[in-house]
Amino acid sequence: MNNLLFSNIGRFFGLVLVQVLICNQMNFLGHLNPFIYVLFVLLYPVGSNRLQFLFWSFTLGIIIDYFLDTGGAHAAACVTIAYIRPFFLKFAFGAAYEYQAIKFGQTEFFPRLTYFGFLIVIHQILLFSLLFFDRYKIDLIMSNALSSSLFTLFLTLVLSALFSPKKS
Amino acid sequence: MQQLLNFIFKNRSFLLFLVLFGASLTLTIRSHDYHKSQFLGSANQITGSIHHLFSSIGDYFNLKEQNAILFEENNRLKQLELNSLTPTPLPLNTGHQYKLTPALVVKNSYKSPQNYLTINKGNRDNIKVEFGVVTPNGIVGVIDKTSSKYARVVSVLNAKSKINAKLKQSNHFGTLEWNGKSSNTVQLYDIQDLVNFSVGDTIVTSGYSMIFPENIPIGTVSSYRLNDTKDLYIIDVKLFNDMSNLKHVHVIENLDLKELESLNSNNE
Repeated sequence: MNNLLFSNIGRFFGLVLVQVLICNQMNFLGHLNPFIYVLFVLLYPVGSNRLQFLFWSFTLGIIIDYFLDTGGAHAAACVTIAYIRPFFLKFAFGAAYEYQAIKFGQTEFFPRLTYFGFLIVIHQILLFSLLFFDRYKIDLIMSNALSSSLFTLFLTLVLSALFSPKKS
Repeated sequence: MQQLLNFIFKNRSFLLFLVLFGASLTLTIRSHDYHKSQFLGSANQITGSIHHLFSSIGDYFNLKEQNAILFEENNRLKQLELNSLTPTPLPLNTGHQYKLTPALVVKNSYKSPQNYLTINKGNRDNIKVEFGVVTPNGIVGVIDKTSSKYARVVSVLNAKSKINAKLKQSNHFGTLEWNGKSSNTVQLYDIQDLVNFSVGDTIVTSGYSMIFPENIPIGTVSSYRLNDTKDLYIIDVKLFNDMSNLKHVHVIENLDLKELESLNSNNE
């Protein structure tokens, strides 16, 4: 339990720093910045206290907002995907979720892809809508959200594969 | 009462979600409003110093380029000095309307819909809100938050930014805003359709606002079109500044600001 707690805290601060200092300076292909900090929400242990989970997701978002001067856009997007996460867990992993037996490191690739994909796309659409905050810029919002979703999805899948414990 | 408590207990995660979502939405809406955002954001001591620490490491990678830019600027000033009739350069910062303070950019963003920069000068160095920020090439933005060591600059690449600008040749002025599309093009609105100009004309600050002096370069006209009611131009302005590569900037303080403000408040 303690081990899990520490790895979560480490992940929290690690992701904030990597996000703010590296990922937001990337500007891949001119304008793409991946938002890899969503990994914290995606990989938060299944079956833990839901209220705490919402609270930590909000805190993560607010800290990112503070660094990037975005008001509360990241926090809003983070809390939303944290709240709707169980639905997509059930959708992607089916029975394994019912038994609370998901270890993200040991899941198959395709369920993980759907699970990551849906949540990341929702996160990005909400994020960019709040960042632009202008209904006349729907085209910009969607193009930005989708391109950065793809990049984020790719990086989160790679990172989660690299850093997850080996199947034994 | 019992039922109400039961209801709250049953839906506690949904209620917490609503509260947190509401809080972040309020913060977002406030951040889009120029005068209402309360948080210091990246100009805060903690976030500012983390940005500062890491930018000072990153700086080593483009020292050469920044040196070349400064050398170019020195060269231009030297040339001005040699060609001017007065033998000595005018003493800076004395008896003038504007005072310049050099600053380093510690955090820069130019790809987000709302771009801000953080610079390493703050209250301690007499930097206050509504001071202008420029480079030798042109304008960068206006300061909107300060802490003791850092200040946050609303970049011209920010939907909140509104700067008074004019066509250099004809002195017709309008408002400079950004539509969020390209990081080297901003838009000049409210130029009348009677005005003659062509692609390549220079846009400079108008000097009507108290923030920037007159004739600070902004960019050149890259294209133009009429607005929906066909009576005003929307001009795309290609910036002189490379917003992705800002390091050394100057903060402009208008020393006559208090006097001008008291005049204006008398009028009201």
